[in-house]
Amino acid sequence: MTSTARDPLLSVEDLRVSFGTAHGQLIAVDGVDFEVGPGEVLGIAGESGSGKSVTLRSILRLVRPPGHVSGKVIWRGRDLMTLSEPELRRVRGGEIAVIFQEPMTALNPVLTVGTQIRENLKEHTTLDAAGRQARAVELMDQVGIPAGKTRLEDYPHQFSGGMRQRAMIAIALASNPSLLLADEPTTALDVTIQDQILKLILRLRQELNMSVILVTHDLGVIAQTCDRLAVMYAGRVVETGRVAALFRQPRHAYTLGLLNSVPRADLVRQPLASIPGQPPSPTTMPPGCPFAPRCRFKVGPCDDAVPPLVEVAPDHRSACIRHQDVAGAGA
Amino acid sequence: MDAITPPLIDVRDLVMTFPRQRGLVDRLAGHPVQIVRALNGISFSVKRGETLGIVGESGCGKSTLARCLVRLHEPKSGRIDFAGTEVLKLQGAERRAYNRRVQMVFQDPYSSLNPRMTVRQALSEAISFHDLRQGDAIGQRIAELLDLVRLPGDAADRYPHEFSGGQRQRIGIARALAVEPECLIADELVSALDVSVQAQIVNLLLELQARLHLTVLFIAHDLRLVRHISHRVAVMYLGAIVELAETEILFTRPAHPYTAALLKAAPELDPARRSIVDAVRGELPSPLAIPPGCPFHPRCPYVMARCRVEPPLLTPRGEPGHIAACHLETRPS
Repeated sequence: MTSTARDPLLSVEDLRVSFGTAHGQLIAVDGVDFEVGPGEVLGIAGESGSGKSVTLRSILRLVRPPGHVSGKVIWRGRDLMTLSEPELRRVRGGEIAVIFQEPMTALNPVLTVGTQIRENLKEHTTLDAAGRQARAVELMDQVGIPAGKTRLEDYPHQFSGGMRQRAMIAIALASNPSLLLADEPTTALDVTIQDQILKLILRLRQELNMSVILVTHDLGVIAQTCDRLAVMYAGRVVETGRVAALFRQPRHAYTLGLLNSVPRADLVRQPLASIPGQPPSPTTMPPGCPFAPRCRFKVGPCDDAVPPLVEVAPDHRSACIRHQDVAGAGA
Repeated sequence: MDAITPPLIDVRDLVMTFPRQRGLVDRLAGHPVQIVRALNGISFSVKRGETLGIVGESGCGKSTLARCLVRLHEPKSGRIDFAGTEVLKLQGAERRAYNRRVQMVFQDPYSSLNPRMTVRQALSEAISFHDLRQGDAIGQRIAELLDLVRLPGDAADRYPHEFSGGQRQRIGIARALAVEPECLIADELVSALDVSVQAQIVNLLLELQARLHLTVLFIAHDLRLVRHISHRVAVMYLGAIVELAETEILFTRPAHPYTAALLKAAPELDPARRSIVDAVRGELPSPLAIPPGCPFHPRCPYVMARCRVEPPLLTPRGEPGHIAACHLETRPS
């Protein structure tokens, strides 16, 4: 467990992403800040359209035109936003690796898994051909693919969903990354396989002292996997802090609403505390707090201006005017 | 189960198989057609007004079961009784009448609603097909239905694409309720929705069930949701029910190691309760080659010699109505 306050590995400052569309400028990410410490697992939670995946992709400049990204992404003292393409390529897939929700679209279907691992090893290590082969077998073993040596010669479609995700992790690990970006890595998997993959990621984090940013919509996954959490809503981080504190006492009305929406064992067949309405569309954002139209804590000033993300408790920030009342209401 | 009221739905030894699609190479080589055993003798019953949850991972046959119940698939063998009549023998008008009484709501309402029909057209088609209302009464009924699922009145003249996911799911429910069914089969009803919207739909379902005395089969992979909604829960694995019990018993005192593993694997909301050990090893075997003996034995932490050869039967486990298919004498931890 590390505190990021001292020495972050990655820090994202005032990240903004917009897309020019026929209906005008669509703002997907609107001034996001966060930090990740060495060996830390940061969760980014949010519902569809909250901007969590776009945020993750922007870190490695994977957002393509008409998407426009601004802000700073400081990685080991350098701003990734201003790096040249060749410099960025050494970081992307090297020091920082990415895994996606659907390995079938991220893996190359016409190359064997072995070829894809060896390719990455060639790009990011100094190993010779024999060394790369040996390392590839080692990686297959490390991610828990049985009979790794023979399976290296299989194509992605010959793997099951869970094994494919393991193969993608093996490819990502080939470069010895210090940071793994994981975009909903287990959303498409069955619950027993999800459990295996999440525990694999945690084990690898320990073994390799790697940091992880895990994007997910599932608060259970966050609770079981992450050290710290950033909750996103309508393109902004609305609350961030340590997972234990944040789950025990949320200090943003949206986080509280999300936690209450999840069925609990002790309230069987009772109405759930759902959040009325739906998130605002990115083209018609309310002028004040984006959550205000759905919020049961709403007061007059909520509609006036977007509340800033401020420290409301040690290592706990919230963008909610009524954070004290929310904290009092409890999850 | 009380012995006096007969069950609304009674399923006995339902078997469903599919031939596997063969590629050209397989055909030319004369390879035999492989058979996917989707359902291997399913038996259960549902009381009127009850919610039976059915959980299981992909490929366990839960959706096939739903489709057999509404006769979208014709089972290979077995028997389904609905309110005392044998469903699989129904023909013509009787079959249509059955299809009115048992309605299915799908996971993705967008693909189950006709994109070229307004909500009004879709609803009135259902109402007129079964001749439930005539003339002006149809319009009234549509207004009633929209109100029932909490959609604004002006929703009637809009097309499916104009709605959000949650609203579309409400339309799907309204469409099913339009024909005044007695039983709803909800196949992954809220799986595609965001958590906050999921809760809205779950509340709606609970409320409608109470108001309209619906019997519900709630099929889902999300254990938290199933626990919240169901009176009883059946756990499926590779085309068979491996455990069935009242919800609280199943979730607190599971008798089958697979149920125990599912519960352990479902991520809990409490960050203080973490484990670093995998809930269960291995992956789901292919339904083309279901392991002999107990189908769960290759992944089971309690496997014994007997499990590899002798398929366990569903047998009573102490509490009334609790059955499980496992050779273990003691409960898994």
